[in-house]
Amino acid sequence: MENEKVLEVKNLQKHFKLGRKSVVKAVNDISFDIYKGETFGLVGESGCGKSTTGRTIIRLHDATGGDVIFNNENVHEKKSKKELLKLNRKMQMIFQDPSSSLNPKMTVMDIVAEGIDIHKLAKNEEDRKQRVQELLETVGLNKEHATRFPHEFSGGQRQRIGIARALAVEPDFIIADEPISALDVSIQAQVVNLLRRLQRDQNLTYLFIAHDLSMVKYISDRIGVMYFGNMVELAESDELYRNPLHPYTKSLLSAIPLPDPDYERYRKRVSYDPTGHDTTEEPEFREVTPGHWVRCTTKEFEQYKKELASK
Amino acid sequence: MSKLLEVKDLSVAFKTYSGEVQAVRGIDFDLKKGETLAIVGESGSGKSVTTKAITQLLPKPQGYIKTGEILFEGEDITKYTTKQMQKLRGKDISTVFQDPMTSLNPTMKVGKQIAEGLIKHRKMSKSQAKDKTIELLELVGIPQPETRLNQYPHQFSGGMRQRAVVAIALACNPKILIADEPTTALDVTIQAQILELMKDIQREMDSAIIFITHDLGVVANVADRVAVMYAGKIVEIGTADDIFYNPKHPYTWGLLGSMPTLDDDEEELFAIPGSPPDMLNPPKGDAFAPRNRFALEIDTQMEPPMFKVSDSHYAATWLLHEHAPKIEPPESVQRRMQGFASMDDRKDGEE
Repeated sequence: MENEKVLEVKNLQKHFKLGRKSVVKAVNDISFDIYKGETFGLVGESGCGKSTTGRTIIRLHDATGGDVIFNNENVHEKKSKKELLKLNRKMQMIFQDPSSSLNPKMTVMDIVAEGIDIHKLAKNEEDRKQRVQELLETVGLNKEHATRFPHEFSGGQRQRIGIARALAVEPDFIIADEPISALDVSIQAQVVNLLRRLQRDQNLTYLFIAHDLSMVKYISDRIGVMYFGNMVELAESDELYRNPLHPYTKSLLSAIPLPDPDYERYRKRVSYDPTGHDTTEEPEFREVTPGHWVRCTTKEFEQYKKELASK
Repeated sequence: MSKLLEVKDLSVAFKTYSGEVQAVRGIDFDLKKGETLAIVGESGSGKSVTTKAITQLLPKPQGYIKTGEILFEGEDITKYTTKQMQKLRGKDISTVFQDPMTSLNPTMKVGKQIAEGLIKHRKMSKSQAKDKTIELLELVGIPQPETRLNQYPHQFSGGMRQRAVVAIALACNPKILIADEPTTALDVTIQAQILELMKDIQREMDSAIIFITHDLGVVANVADRVAVMYAGKIVEIGTADDIFYNPKHPYTWGLLGSMPTLDDDEEELFAIPGSPPDMLNPPKGDAFAPRNRFALEIDTQMEPPMFKVSDSHYAATWLLHEHAPKIEPPESVQRRMQGFASMDDRKDGEE
């Protein structure tokens, strides 16, 4: 893998105020890097802060603390309109629900071309039309679809429109927030195949947020596991599945049902007990083996090291 | 085992302004005591409509049963009156729906919602019902049932709400439990808990479960038998082992191929191209033919009958006809038929 960093997230925090006193720490001090051309998977239960992380990275939320560095530029700094525009062009987002993220009153042509218009990428009307048609073909739709409205499409097709819209401004980096969760199994595979093909052809970098672990494993190079606003484990996807260290990751992995009745009959579920941790000190994010990070205390750190060495 | 439920040639249609949508087109299956039948298929394949037809919860007047009979313990329940049906729904056949937030009444305490069925159908007194409610809450694994009883649904988490819905469904010891995507809205860890709970309860009460889902992993976990639905028809039915280790229908191959394995990084998933047909005008012949890369010429003209593979296993595809060319499933699907986890050494590493 090339070691050029596209995105650096440093001690990112996002807290939401609920009323006068209570604060929800949706994202509580997380750090990770994403390298050029890779897919970084972010998994966790609902409410663990994975979507908030994605939205804060792209500045849909303002960070409470910490930095997001994208292509050597700080995303959350004060920026002129022009600088923001430049940033937005290189970073795009695909949303979970394709029906609520597309404007029902706009034609597919206008939806996809919106970014092209804002960034003034098209030379003239003809060029604009041609670009949209090319994009639609790239994502597996017909150019005749350009004049239709979102409600005329099925869920999978709508998600393709969302992908075409993200691609319209020729981004380097795409945040996909549960892009396939709302789709049927057979359509999921179509969309995942499409995302992978696009990555290969256009050298894209993805942040893939999902709770479906088997799909994440399939699409990601590296995976980060989140639990209650913290990153608890980060490793290459094979390593994470083969040698999960954090008890939460173990429990998450043991809960995935596989389409294999024999395996299911003997699958043993490990449940996670958050009180089972060493509480003598505040846990920190430490590197157990190169590239494999776990949130743990010094004592647990030694124990994890031993656990890996014994394998 | 005796047959608890028999569905014979059931067709369900919906009247709409643009015509009649053929949601279910002549399906047959049966359910034995104590077994779990999973119905899988894409959205719009008619799996939910099938169970709604059984419980007569089809939206009226648009939805209606066109043909067929549904025999519950030998009696045709499609002819039941509303009164008789209400009795049946509360006592013998109960349903767990997908979204626990919409199936619970937000203005009513959870305990009262559970006790409702007990008082109405099992003629319990209020205090008896309360004791039974506490017992049920304990059974479904809700801690501190005495306090939880007096709380409202919004005070429950998603997993707890679904447990409460399961408790309501189990209140009258139903003979059949219909679970309509009960875990789709939940996280994997909570899903695993709810599935375990349902299996435990089934073992205890010996009730039969019809489990609707589109997640093949869940199917492998719960099902004794599996029915695969496509475009309003059952295209393949068999035991879980038949469907996962010896699938015969190209649609089942496609479903299996769409799931990534945890072991190897393949270049491309074996996806099913295209999208499901428009059920306003179901296509002539085999409805799956336009999306089927193994389609034969006859598929566009005649609908395939159910071919027998073994005593427990049937599939509706012309590929099983004696004159059809012998086609093996694609390599990636064959690998999945060997088992998703067999090469997996993760299990012993974990313990």
